Amino acid sequence: MSALSIKNLWKEYGDQIVLENVSIEIESRAFVALVGPSGCGKSTFLRMLLGQEVQTKGDILLDGLPLPREPGADRGVVFQRYSVFPHLTVLGNVMLGKELLASRLAGRLFGKARRAVEEEARAMIAAVGLMGSESKYPAQLSGGMQQRLALAQALIMRPKVLLLDEPFGALDPGIRAEIHTLMKRLWHEAPMTVVMVTHDMREAFTLATRVVAFERPRDRPEEKLRYGATITRDIAIWPPRKAGAPSIFRPDRDGPVSSQGQ
Amino acid sequence: MRWINSHPGAGARLTLALMPFVLLLLAYMIGSAERLADNPNDKLLPGLVALGDAINRMALVPDVRSGQYLLWSDTVASLGRLFAGLGIATAIALLLGLLIGILPMVRAALSPFVGAISMVPPLALLPILFIVMGLGEASKITLIVIGVTPIMIRDLALKAIELPREMIVKAETLSASSWQIALRVVLPQILPRLITCLRLQLGPAWLFLIAAEAISSDSGLGYRIFLVRRYLSMDVIFPYVIWITLLAVATDLLLDRLRIAVFPWSDLEKGK
Ligand SMILES: Nc1ncnc2c1ncn2[C@@H]1O[C@H](COP(=O)(O)OP(=O)(O)OP(=O)(O)O)[C@@H](O)[C@H]1O
Ligand SMILES: [Mg+2]
Repeated sequence: MSALSIKNLWKEYGDQIVLENVSIEIESRAFVALVGPSGCGKSTFLRMLLGQEVQTKGDILLDGLPLPREPGADRGVVFQRYSVFPHLTVLGNVMLGKELLASRLAGRLFGKARRAVEEEARAMIAAVGLMGSESKYPAQLSGGMQQRLALAQALIMRPKVLLLDEPFGALDPGIRAEIHTLMKRLWHEAPMTVVMVTHDMREAFTLATRVVAFERPRDRPEEKLRYGATITRDIAIWPPRKAGAPSIFRPDRDGPVSSQGQ
Repeated sequence: MRWINSHPGAGARLTLALMPFVLLLLAYMIGSAERLADNPNDKLLPGLVALGDAINRMALVPDVRSGQYLLWSDTVASLGRLFAGLGIATAIALLLGLLIGILPMVRAALSPFVGAISMVPPLALLPILFIVMGLGEASKITLIVIGVTPIMIRDLALKAIELPREMIVKAETLSASSWQIALRVVLPQILPRLITCLRLQLGPAWLFLIAAEAISSDSGLGYRIFLVRRYLSMDVIFPYVIWITLLAVATDLLLDRLRIAVFPWSDLEKGK
């Protein structure tokens, strides 16, 4: 289970109110796309879910419990850039989380324990379509491959919630379509709730179960500081998509089957 | 074609690179020949033969008094001090730079202090070091350490702070503790910078070494130069200066090779 419950959330930076009174219930296994004009606070909202930033007022509950005030392994993340470690190979990047978890002191595994993790990592690398690139460094990968790597690295930790901040924004349309198929498959297969910030409406409507729009209700220059953005629209996609279940209406587009042909 | 767009080929590049050296050598030889023509006993710009003699005397013939090959024993003494100083400086800089870079508490406590210390002119401290630590090896090594450490600490701390926040957050979502972030995320990423930083500090380190040797020592490259200065022995001083330069250039090159060999990814990232 991984339901998020956000209650009367406010965020201020000094004098500037960025978000005001944001409340939303995100059910377990949902795929929420956050859209809205630039600068309205989408990334800020995501950073609060991540624990990188603390809200000024309000509560964020994960499965009924308040979120810890720092990032942790229950919430995975992929940013637009800098999501992978340049000094580790593809395999090293994907193994890192498991190694850190198992070896608190050295942060490294050896021998049998390492081989087990390596096997799991190789399976994950294959799942995101990076087979054959295991020993490459991120600088030797294209932008799309780096984002696939970032996904693999996050997903091997089996997070309850996956947070994505414009993860595919810098990719060209062909690559983006491919990675959308991958994203959909991963969401169907892994037991997680996804919150994704995007500027691409098409992306929002092809992937999400629910599209949520942030906007400032008052946006005149003199009001900008005093009024923040809040949720103005919350659209459930119809026909509904359900994680792990093929859609009765358009199985080829919305169901997990769509990916099996890949 | 615009000048900014015309590049030399491989051969031209080598010729161009050698040209200033050859020109300098030529200028020296002309100057030396002219002075020697005026006065065969001139000591200021000795000719190549005299230089060769001096090199032979210093490097290949044992000294009558001590029985040592002076150039080599001087080199061993100087490099020992230099590497001891740089080694200690590196260890301190790595530890403090890392701590200042990743722990806000330590940064608040030490960053202004290190900033202030790095402004103290090290040579002004030399008399104090001699008084407190005596005239032996310790004071010379300490001078090098004091001279290069603060800047290395600041450089490494800056590099650690510069790492994108996203990367640290990502590590946190992979369950990393502060210790693990230091060990597996920050440290490996500042090590290449450490080597580069060390290369940049070679010049200052030699400066402090020679200054210390000039004032008080009984061996070392700097000691020898300042000793023979009394007899105006330019024929020894010139080869010594060139030798020191060669040593520094070789160390510099080796360190860069080392960085590329040990951290291949750091070269890949360069173009980004
Ligand atoms: N650390 C900060 N300090 C002060 N103000 C900030 C900080 N971070 C963000 N802001 C402000 O908060 C507002 C929202 O920023 P945010 O990055 O969340 O927008 P966004 O919706 O993600 O925009 P974009 O779509 O362009 O990424 C902006 O006006 C920004 O100036
Ligand atoms: Mg943003």
